Amino acid sequence: MVSEMMEIVMQKMRREVMEDMLNRGDRLDGRAFDEYRPIKIQKNPIATADGSAYARIGNTQVLAAVKFDVVAPFPDRPTEGALIMNAEHLPLANPAFEAGPPDENSIEMARTVDRAIRSSEAIDLNSLFIEEGKVLGLFVDIYVLDHAGNYTDAATLATTAALLNTRMPKIENGAIVRGEYKDYLKLRAIPVSCTSIRIGKNWLVDPTEYEEKIMETRITIATTDTHVCAMQKGKGWLTKDELFDNIDVAFKKGSELRKILLQ
Amino acid sequence: MSGNQSVKLIVDGKRLDGRTLNELRKIRIEVGVIPEADGSAYIEWGGNKIICGVHGPRECIPRHEASPFRALVKCRYSMSPFASLEEHGKSGPSRRSTELSKVIREVFENLILTEEFPNTQIDIYVDVLQAEGGTRTASITAAAVALVNAGIPMRELVSAVSVGKANDEIIVDLGKLEDNFGQSDMPVAFSSRDKKILLLQMDGLLTKDEIKRALQMAEEATTKIGELQRKAITKFYEEGEGEFVL
Repeated sequence: MVSEMMEIVMQKMRREVMEDMLNRGDRLDGRAFDEYRPIKIQKNPIATADGSAYARIGNTQVLAAVKFDVVAPFPDRPTEGALIMNAEHLPLANPAFEAGPPDENSIEMARTVDRAIRSSEAIDLNSLFIEEGKVLGLFVDIYVLDHAGNYTDAATLATTAALLNTRMPKIENGAIVRGEYKDYLKLRAIPVSCTSIRIGKNWLVDPTEYEEKIMETRITIATTDTHVCAMQKGKGWLTKDELFDNIDVAFKKGSELRKILLQ
Repeated sequence: MSGNQSVKLIVDGKRLDGRTLNELRKIRIEVGVIPEADGSAYIEWGGNKIICGVHGPRECIPRHEASPFRALVKCRYSMSPFASLEEHGKSGPSRRSTELSKVIREVFENLILTEEFPNTQIDIYVDVLQAEGGTRTASITAAAVALVNAGIPMRELVSAVSVGKANDEIIVDLGKLEDNFGQSDMPVAFSSRDKKILLLQMDGLLTKDEIKRALQMAEEATTKIGELQRKAITKFYEEGEGEFVL
């Protein structure tokens, strides 16, 4: 109990110190308010997957892997393949992550990334059709390996990078021939997400875990070159004008992130 | 979101159910329908039938979660297995319901004066009995009324509606088909006085300009919904419990 009270008091002090700093224009790690931490992407680290990528933003590390399976299509979309995303916040990634079934945070992350990829129409789901009653299921598994803030953007980066490096399996007699490929999955758009938080009256892009602990509002906006393809407000509230400003930032940061993905 | 253009959702400016682009479905709100709860509300919104009960402030369980500074807000959104025209659904929490419980809770954490009730929790239970698109926004609208009925002090009221795009038109209050076959869906909640955005999700493809127009329409629609909420609350306290018809 004493340590809990201590933590609560510390939290208040952290917020006050941080707010003062931000009001002077300084961010704890010296970044500009709209600057991402250094980003690294590694293509296809997992040889057993049909496509994979590792994305790192600062110390936040995420692995995404793609596997294909033959599945039955959804009854209302008989010619479309299925896109199925799952996310794991591995307990090794952060002391706050617990083993067990996915909690609301990992479900929210998976569903936000899912909406960004699906809505962008990057994947032509009709191209995953095999024959009547059989389509390819495209399974994306997102593993958060280290959570040092803003896992959502790292997860979107890893997922899009994995899809950019995904090979289409060879199909024979309605079944996948494992280990043999015909060509690469084609993407029609490059979706990326941009997360911003508010502390006091200041908005910060790509929050660290420390900043997330004292944030008052969080918003994630996913974009393609031309459109917003997903939004998810987390904690807190914002005004319409703050939203429009954040959309501008998301497009600007989005084109930077897309450049990194296509390198 | 397929953005399936082959599905005609709008003909001559009229939608499949005859509504204009910014017209709401019929909304009926009843207050105090569950006497055993501290506060409750029932909402019928088009083909949605949703019941909401509030319990608390009451002792926080488990106790170690309690905060000496504020009440914890907890929310459980749940869809009944018989709520859709399709097959019998699964009971128990799904990934979708877990996410919706979270975003609904995050609406009310901004509104409730939680600092008034340290060491307690306030439970918001939302059960969707029948669904026809837009259940999360109808749930928020009903929960706001139930919280008022429970006497829980809030900074202001909240009203929610879904806006989106179908057949290249921006529309308000998407029905099930418009949700399934439209080009975009954006559920929004506005606070009644300060017009703060308390819920914002979006899928599908929209430009910034389209988002601006959609939000404007959402703000106008939530003002109308707010009047209905106020009327329902006033009616309850003037006339008392009415005959509750599901």
